Amino acid sequence: MNRRHFLRTGLAAAPALTVAGRLFAAPAGTPRFLCVFLRGGYDCANFLIPYSSSFYYDSRPKIAVAKPDPTITDGALALDSDWALAPAVRDSMGPLYQRGQALFIPFAGTDDLTRSHFETQDSIELGQPVQGQRDFRSGFLARLAGTLNGSTPIAFTDTLPLSFKGDAGIASISLARVGKSPFDDNETATLRAMYTGNRLEPAVTEGLELQQEVAKAMQDEMQAANRGAISTKGFELTAERMARFMKTQYRLGFVDVGGWDTHVNEGGARGQLATNLTSLGKGLATFADTLGDEWNNTVVFVLSEFGRTFRENGNQGTDHGHGSVYWVLGGKINGGRIAGEQVRIARNTLFQDRDYPVLNNYRNVLAGMFSTMWGLAPQQLEVVFPGAPPVNLRVI
Amino acid sequence: MQNHAIKGMYVAVLAALALVGCASGPGASHPASPDMPWLERLSFGVNSQVLTRYQKLGREGYLTEQLQPGDGRVPDSVAQEITDLKISKTDGGTLLMTVTAEQKRINALPEGPEKQAARQALNDQGNQIVYETRRRELLRAIYSPAQLKEQMMWFWLNHFSVFEQKANVRWLLGDYSERAIRPYALGKFRDLVMATLKHPAMLQYLDNAQNSAGHINENYARELMELHTLGVDAGYTQQDVQQLARVLTGVGVGGPDEPKLKPELQTFYKREGAFEFNPARHDFGSKRLLGHVLTKHGFPEVTEAVDLLVRQKACALFISRKLAIYFAGDDPPAPLVNRMAQTFQDSDGDIAAVLHTLFTSPELAAQAGRKFKDPMQYVVSAVRMAYDTRIVENMHPVANWLNALGEPTFGHQTPDGYSMEDPAWTSSGQMSRRFEIARTIGFGSAGLFDPENGGPATAVGFPMLTTPVYYTVLEPSLSAQTRNALQRARSQQEWNLYLLASPEFNSR
Repeated sequence: MNRRHFLRTGLAAAPALTVAGRLFAAPAGTPRFLCVFLRGGYDCANFLIPYSSSFYYDSRPKIAVAKPDPTITDGALALDSDWALAPAVRDSMGPLYQRGQALFIPFAGTDDLTRSHFETQDSIELGQPVQGQRDFRSGFLARLAGTLNGSTPIAFTDTLPLSFKGDAGIASISLARVGKSPFDDNETATLRAMYTGNRLEPAVTEGLELQQEVAKAMQDEMQAANRGAISTKGFELTAERMARFMKTQYRLGFVDVGGWDTHVNEGGARGQLATNLTSLGKGLATFADTLGDEWNNTVVFVLSEFGRTFRENGNQGTDHGHGSVYWVLGGKINGGRIAGEQVRIARNTLFQDRDYPVLNNYRNVLAGMFSTMWGLAPQQLEVVFPGAPPVNLRVI
Repeated sequence: MQNHAIKGMYVAVLAALALVGCASGPGASHPASPDMPWLERLSFGVNSQVLTRYQKLGREGYLTEQLQPGDGRVPDSVAQEITDLKISKTDGGTLLMTVTAEQKRINALPEGPEKQAARQALNDQGNQIVYETRRRELLRAIYSPAQLKEQMMWFWLNHFSVFEQKANVRWLLGDYSERAIRPYALGKFRDLVMATLKHPAMLQYLDNAQNSAGHINENYARELMELHTLGVDAGYTQQDVQQLARVLTGVGVGGPDEPKLKPELQTFYKREGAFEFNPARHDFGSKRLLGHVLTKHGFPEVTEAVDLLVRQKACALFISRKLAIYFAGDDPPAPLVNRMAQTFQDSDGDIAAVLHTLFTSPELAAQAGRKFKDPMQYVVSAVRMAYDTRIVENMHPVANWLNALGEPTFGHQTPDGYSMEDPAWTSSGQMSRRFEIARTIGFGSAGLFDPENGGPATAVGFPMLTTPVYYTVLEPSLSAQTRNALQRARSQQEWNLYLLASPEFNSR
């Protein structure tokens, strides 16, 4: 089976889409892409456990996750002879990995060395070279949206994230706390009519339609609940709603999830981080389920601004580090493996004797993915990630 | 009849307006005075107070008063509210010391519920400080008669943007706006640069507090040139950034004790509040900036460098252009920007003088009604339109609207501040959210009159937007579509919604 072919042509015959009165002739099977940003720097070493490393267990006497062991409930889930998944995501990410629909890229990140949350988040979202002049109004997803034809981008956030900042107005709507549209049909029609012929007419029309779509998605949700579906909350709820949106209209999405800055009482197999991972894992699994067939046409990329210190600190937590572990999920990806450059984990291979090094720069990795997903030419990739030659990890 | 008080107030205004001859009843349509769009830009939205004052002083007199407003007294009850705020009672330096000490105490506590609780309590206090600072800025923006000055307050807080969540910045916000920006909002640009340069909020935000000889941190030096004074592409080089960073070594935030210094360095030591120039951290080597060898030493060298920056033609052009974009519109005409820059250079960076050039220019008049209001301008103008000079009791909804629209003051992470240009605020999500806010205000359901201390709410109900201000300022400029929409309204509330959502109300 040629996976690339699958993603390119897709299974569903997507009809021409009308959004805001504009006709988008998105070719059938144009891939969908969701970027999930874990804000706060999640502790990747307690997500993807380097269980063959005794150095890991020496470095984390209080918060390490136990080796895979079928006789204990809190053991990690072995993926290969070196790496295992945290028990918190065993039931959500485990099955995806086994089906070849998940892969993980350790030693991933950016060359931003500030170890500052917001500076590193910003530099990742801008996607421009860290050295040299940066344009604070141009995010990499906005540049991607501008490069693609009919990508219908959307940010599932309160305000437009930096990654979507650009010349074109991109819709943003938080699905965490949506209500039904406050406008009845009469008001909607009147508001639209008021902007007929105005330069803002397209934005107004699209904004009001977006509101109604949310209302519609909420209705579907309530019907599903009436059929006995378990009611979800938190990120799982957001993820389910995102899937409803992305299943039909939007092909380029962004969402962020916070709460990863675990300096204190991080926990191991259970605790603060495990709770967050459980919710994230469940949410993404729900996202995949809700998409149905379109999951085969979708790629999810999970990233965070940095990893954390390899050694636990004095407060049973971890501090700001460098290299992270990124996730790639999708119905037809070349998954079920650990991808990218790797290094044996030991004291002398840690970056500055404290963190994972970055061997897989997200700009090169994403450029490689985008190049295969959408068949982007080198000059188009150069627009999305200037100065970052694509590295093909054969993700797709 | 919840609107008695407000209606009564308008009777007085109507009487005043009768003199101008602009007041007209529903249905009638006179061309608006050309001064109305001009007043809309001089203010955060025309209200009865603006009209009365303009009526009394005339165009030139009103402009002069706006350019030299003195203290710009807010109504007594607002002044009292501001006095009662914690940020008004404690200066930033003291607050910073207290907080630093408390953070130290908490860190020393053993892990456990007590530590968690102490951390939480301090965090809550910090959030309260941020809210207080936003509240104060909003109270003044909505109710101060010095409307141009309040717009410039926002403009400079955005130009010299700091982010509440970095380091201890949030504890310093009140002090930053009050002491670093407010005194110079209509004064000399150089004073603004120096005041922000010496403020611990800026020093922490852009890391200059960590910049010392041998451990150079270029962050602030770069932004001081790129974002604060010269603008990108102004011809300076990476070499200049490095040189300026060396100039700025030792410019930082002081602790509780003065550093122990060698006798020959003591004369260079400088301390003002929490700001400290520590000569032991300063690079005393010679420097060359923008082709000039700097001649002074220690902190005077910093002043010399700033003088050099703000006297560059690039600086005059950069600041003038940004002002023109904010008040006149995106892509301001080059002749206007050049005349403003000339004034800037002739007056040694006098902001009021530059604004005088702008507000007397034909270019500004020609752009009337074309600039889309950013969220701050929109929200403040909507509250002024809805309730005029009647003071709202709860500022949380207003602060939340700015949050929802993505423009909370002190909430911009990157040092470039919020965009001045229309496209940043005209996306589909922005438009529909703005309409939702228009509806909340128009239907009177925002809770603006629920006291913040939880006391019983004043029954105010929905506002009546069919005011003399409406008939004077807005009504004459409405398009046929907007008039149709207003005619289709099935209630006063819906009429309010349509007006606040209309293209005409959303631009100026």
